[in-house]
Amino acid sequence: MKVLVLEPAKCTGCRACMDACSFEKTGVFNPLDSRVNVITFHEDLTFVPTVCSQCETPYCEQVCPTAALVKNTTTGLVDFLKEKCIGCKQCIVACPWGSIRINHLGKEIIKCDHCSGDPACVKVCKAEALTYVEVEDVVSGKQQGVAQTYRRIAAEMAKGVNP
Amino acid sequence: MIDGGYQGKILRVNLTDHVVKEEALREDWAKRYIGGRGYGTRIIVDEVDPKVDPLAPENKVVIATGPLDGTTAPSSGRVMVITKGPLNGTIACSNSGGFFGPMLKRTGYDMIVLEGKSSEPVYLWINKGKVEFRDAKHLWGKLVNESDQLMREETHLEAETMAIGPAGEKMSMIANVMFNGHRASGRTGVGAVVGSKNLKGIVVRGNLGVTVADHDKFAEAVRATREILAQNPVASGGLPLYGTAVLVNIINSTGSFPVRNAQDSYFPEADKISGETLRAQNLVRNEGCSDCSIACGRVTAIKEGKYKGEHGGGPEYEPIWSFGAMCGISDLNAITMANYLCDRYGLDAISAGSTVACAMELSEKGYMPAKDAPFPLRFGDPDALVESIRAMGEQKDEFGRLLAQGSYRLGEHYGHPELSMSVKKQEFPAYDPRGIKGIGLEYATSNRGACHVRGYTIAAEILSPGLDRLVYEGKAAVTKFLQDLTAALDSTGTCLFTTFGLQAKDLAQLYSAATGFDCDDKEFLKIGERIWNMEKLFNLKSGLTGKDDTLPPRILNEPITSGPSKGEVEDLDKMLGEYYSLRGWGKDSVPTKDRLKELGLEDLS
Repeated sequence: MKVLVLEPAKCTGCRACMDACSFEKTGVFNPLDSRVNVITFHEDLTFVPTVCSQCETPYCEQVCPTAALVKNTTTGLVDFLKEKCIGCKQCIVACPWGSIRINHLGKEIIKCDHCSGDPACVKVCKAEALTYVEVEDVVSGKQQGVAQTYRRIAAEMAKGVNP
Repeated sequence: MIDGGYQGKILRVNLTDHVVKEEALREDWAKRYIGGRGYGTRIIVDEVDPKVDPLAPENKVVIATGPLDGTTAPSSGRVMVITKGPLNGTIACSNSGGFFGPMLKRTGYDMIVLEGKSSEPVYLWINKGKVEFRDAKHLWGKLVNESDQLMREETHLEAETMAIGPAGEKMSMIANVMFNGHRASGRTGVGAVVGSKNLKGIVVRGNLGVTVADHDKFAEAVRATREILAQNPVASGGLPLYGTAVLVNIINSTGSFPVRNAQDSYFPEADKISGETLRAQNLVRNEGCSDCSIACGRVTAIKEGKYKGEHGGGPEYEPIWSFGAMCGISDLNAITMANYLCDRYGLDAISAGSTVACAMELSEKGYMPAKDAPFPLRFGDPDALVESIRAMGEQKDEFGRLLAQGSYRLGEHYGHPELSMSVKKQEFPAYDPRGIKGIGLEYATSNRGACHVRGYTIAAEILSPGLDRLVYEGKAAVTKFLQDLTAALDSTGTCLFTTFGLQAKDLAQLYSAATGFDCDDKEFLKIGERIWNMEKLFNLKSGLTGKDDTLPPRILNEPITSGPSKGEVEDLDKMLGEYYSLRGWGKDSVPTKDRLKELGLEDLS
């Protein structure tokens, strides 16, 4: 299963992901209709992208009274079935990440569905703050990063330097 | 009927009576002038007397977006401020990045026309199409970054802001209009016009979408143009890695990097203030404006010395030069601090640095008495630089008030206007025409005074293997071509930096897919030429003549004394005649009736 990986340290805050997402999903450019959102802290110019984590035990699914939000065990996604939604908005309250959003009219629930395996947001993220990666590669990538640190220490020790 | 790209409405704001009204965007003008710079200029040409005092209530300001603003077209979030500029009386258009442009469109308006003058300081709060005039007495005197934060706290934290700083309030001739707290419409003194209207700023927040005429064609044009930029070594290499300051070493290595008020043009200490050094010493992260894949913006902090702990955006290449080499200074932290101060006060960092350099030369040569400055003014003194910028921003004494009028008026005051490195009173930027011939023609003919971003010949003369920087042949044609291309590009809302990779046909494709208007590269360039001539006609009516198409005497007569361009001067006349002839203008710099007719401008002549 692939996941959307968010790396705030790489984000340049250009918000192209938001425009691309809304265009893909609605045919109109409107960041309020984007499933992915970038928060900008103007005071120190920090940019933080956010998107649905496709939780294994989704609170949104648990609070939904009409089973409009369902964990799909085949794809790993939390599917949103628009025709079942009654608009009670409890999923928005329940999501710990704020990643269940509401559209620009304040009426329809919107959430990320990975664009059927080809996310529009990733295609415009030149900074690679958003990437779409096999989940096990995310883990091994992180381990590789940590291992590199130990590798540097080992190289120092081989030179007789005590780190 | 317009199918996409535009919101179709213009908001007209009467600041005298505090009333607003909506007008329909004119489809015929959208087709002839695109939007942004072109359409906004047409409004000013129609409604403002070219001879009006720029700071009088009769002057107007257009805040304009283009049809690509708010889309994923690469680097497409520009916003333009168009007015009659106070620095030199020309048609002034100064554009900025950030997020204000796209958000303005989401309120439902393509443009705002500001008219009249409020009796008290106000700011505008445009929330989903509803417009409020809000008291701004408590904001008057506040710095730009403070104003941005306060206005968002009082309205909505995720709104986008436009603001002037103390420089604009006090009507400095080199005052900016600032967006998002740190992005600048930085040239020609547009901030003073906003200040003259007692308008502190505008806050926008909207929930409307931006549609395009042809979904599939637009999506493909976006994919293709983003791919071209991804493969381009400047747009995807030098600029994201080192920011615009990547140019410091490149331009200095050609000996065309003006030093100590252009008394020389090679700076041996350039690497101390280079993009490479900035990256190592001050860079926190890159920042991209709306929908930009380049992200040349620098988020920086000062990590040591007397300004330790200060942080902000930039500096870009131009201020690094104006505060650095131009003032003989190689202390990058002081340069960075001077840049932060310019953003906070809302001062044009090119003009501000060049004005300090002019003051330093006036002082060293004894033309400006020592008693006239509150501290010694010597080239190479970083404290004198930073304190001069403060004085200019605050205007608490005669020294500050004088500097805030720019280098031309400063030089004139002391009887030496020739020491102002300016054209039409606007300071030239960080490329010496003596070592890069074509850029001198661009400075001399730019419709807003000396400027590099009306027709960036550096791209052809330095950054690509094309034209020899020291020859005159071919420079008139490339200058005209780039001026026309940029006028059209600016009008779409796209950043100039896309042209490192994109050509007229690529931009025409984006524009055409967004709006549904037929447009190819030829038509795109023709629209640009139409805009250029329209600006020119306004300037001629304001009183400028062919005599104003010149360069500072130093550039024309004093050879560079060291470095790779040693011995060079600029011979403008070798290009100017050919330029006028390519433009279809007479030798007096006046467009011929025939050319105006070809461009469909006969009604304006």
